Amino acid sequence: MNEQEARMAAQTAIGKVAPDVDMADVDEDSRLRQDLELDSLDFLRLVETIDTDTGINIPERDYPAVATIKGLIAYLAAHG
Amino acid sequence: MPSLGADMEHGKLVEWLVKPGDYVRRGDLVAVVDTDKTIMDVESFQEGVVTDLLVDIGETVPVGTPLARITQTPAETAPPAHVAQVAKATAKAALSKAAAPIPTAREAVEPHPKEAASIAPPVRHLAHRLGVETVKIHGTGRDGAITRADVEQAVAAPSRNRVRSSPRARRLAAELGVELAAISGTGPQGAITEADVNRAEAPAPESPSPSTQATPKPASEEPAAGKSSDAGERVASLRRAIGALMSRSKKSIPHYYLSTTLDLRAAVDWMQSVNAERPVAARLVPSALLLKAAALAAREVPEMNGFYDDDGFRPSDSVHLGVAVALRQGGLVAPAIHDADTLPVETLMEKLRDLVSRARSGRLQRAEMADPTLTVTNLGDLGVESVYGVIYPPQVAMVGFGRVMEQPWAQNGMLGVRHAVIATLSADHRVSDGMRGARYLARIEELLQKPEEL
Repeated sequence: MNEQEARMAAQTAIGKVAPDVDMADVDEDSRLRQDLELDSLDFLRLVETIDTDTGINIPERDYPAVATIKGLIAYLAAHG
Repeated sequence: MPSLGADMEHGKLVEWLVKPGDYVRRGDLVAVVDTDKTIMDVESFQEGVVTDLLVDIGETVPVGTPLARITQTPAETAPPAHVAQVAKATAKAALSKAAAPIPTAREAVEPHPKEAASIAPPVRHLAHRLGVETVKIHGTGRDGAITRADVEQAVAAPSRNRVRSSPRARRLAAELGVELAAISGTGPQGAITEADVNRAEAPAPESPSPSTQATPKPASEEPAAGKSSDAGERVASLRRAIGALMSRSKKSIPHYYLSTTLDLRAAVDWMQSVNAERPVAARLVPSALLLKAAALAAREVPEMNGFYDDDGFRPSDSVHLGVAVALRQGGLVAPAIHDADTLPVETLMEKLRDLVSRARSGRLQRAEMADPTLTVTNLGDLGVESVYGVIYPPQVAMVGFGRVMEQPWAQNGMLGVRHAVIATLSADHRVSDGMRGARYLARIEELLQKPEEL
């Protein structure tokens, strides 16, 4: 998938897991855990949502690569 | 209005899941209630036919107020009816009332073939939950009644009946004549929320004015719509409730505090290797292991697990592990995972996910809020190294886990890097002291060294 599609997929997934987060206000450098306040269960649900929506399975060892929104978008663009 | 927690004084009726004429059994969900803290399902304490709903949707009533009249058989309607009520404002009273033996009257269904036979409330609730439209199901039960099996079959059938939605959204859709299947949901797992229905309905040119008066007051909105002033009120009332309970705890319970760093190398290694072979949906998080170890250890150190009330300490035979869940809009609730010590880690993980998601979408059940025997707070998940909890009365201990992190670890004169977590214990000095508390934390650590046996 191209970067635009990856951005959409990331935003959609975050919207499902944390509907209170206003993506318009969020910087792509934001860290999912610390800045968006996703706890470990939220984060797991995010990974699961992405798997369901896009078929991209993010293994646990790649979690550090998707710690920020920017990282997540890049990861989806590279693997989708 | 049952008490849905030690600190609850009143509740607001949000939704009726039954209507007059419905036959309910003990334990069937009958209503949805909004407390200061969260929204919960309330079950019937009696068996019989609902004859009157005594509280209107949107009404706030004190704990102990009868919500509905349930008669054992329709013939008894006239004389003094049995009233499903909880008289005392304490969780204890609510529990003992719920446990009181209830005369059964299974035959009571018979005189109500027309309404009651079509679909029993528990089945309707199941259908609600699974997102099945009952009108489209062909009932195979007596007099064409829709049975549990019919509902389950409808779910299994690959039809578009299978739409996830909140009951409120479903009802709103029905009122507005909107086809649920045509709406794309923005709620959890694509569930359709009230807001989605309103959005879908909006462009339609001629239809009765949408939402507001057609639906009960939206105080209990789906979180998707949680930015309203109602959400602000909810946070404020939740803060007040937590404040009141915690001051009571700090005033009446002589807390002592312990802390220790747990070596998680074995647990994290095991979890990572297990997760690598699993689909995302079956992956574990460290919290699941920590909770299981905390529950098992509580069975062995009973002074941490139970209630302290007027009669002194009452240890509990079961471990109903309360889990402090931070709500995204602010505040927290601590519902229980029942018999957490007996659950395999995978099951516990599923329950944890289910509980957290329901806590955040406001669909907890009375028993989950009323009876934790020991609570764990895992706030450290979001950053801090350690957390010292305040005991949730009438419980006698609170376990805190900080953030799981890699840290330098010295052993046998060698320095290495390991995953570790700081575990804390806040316990009631009237029941135990540091030695027993230390024993409890040490047991947790021992258990975590053999994660495959948890």
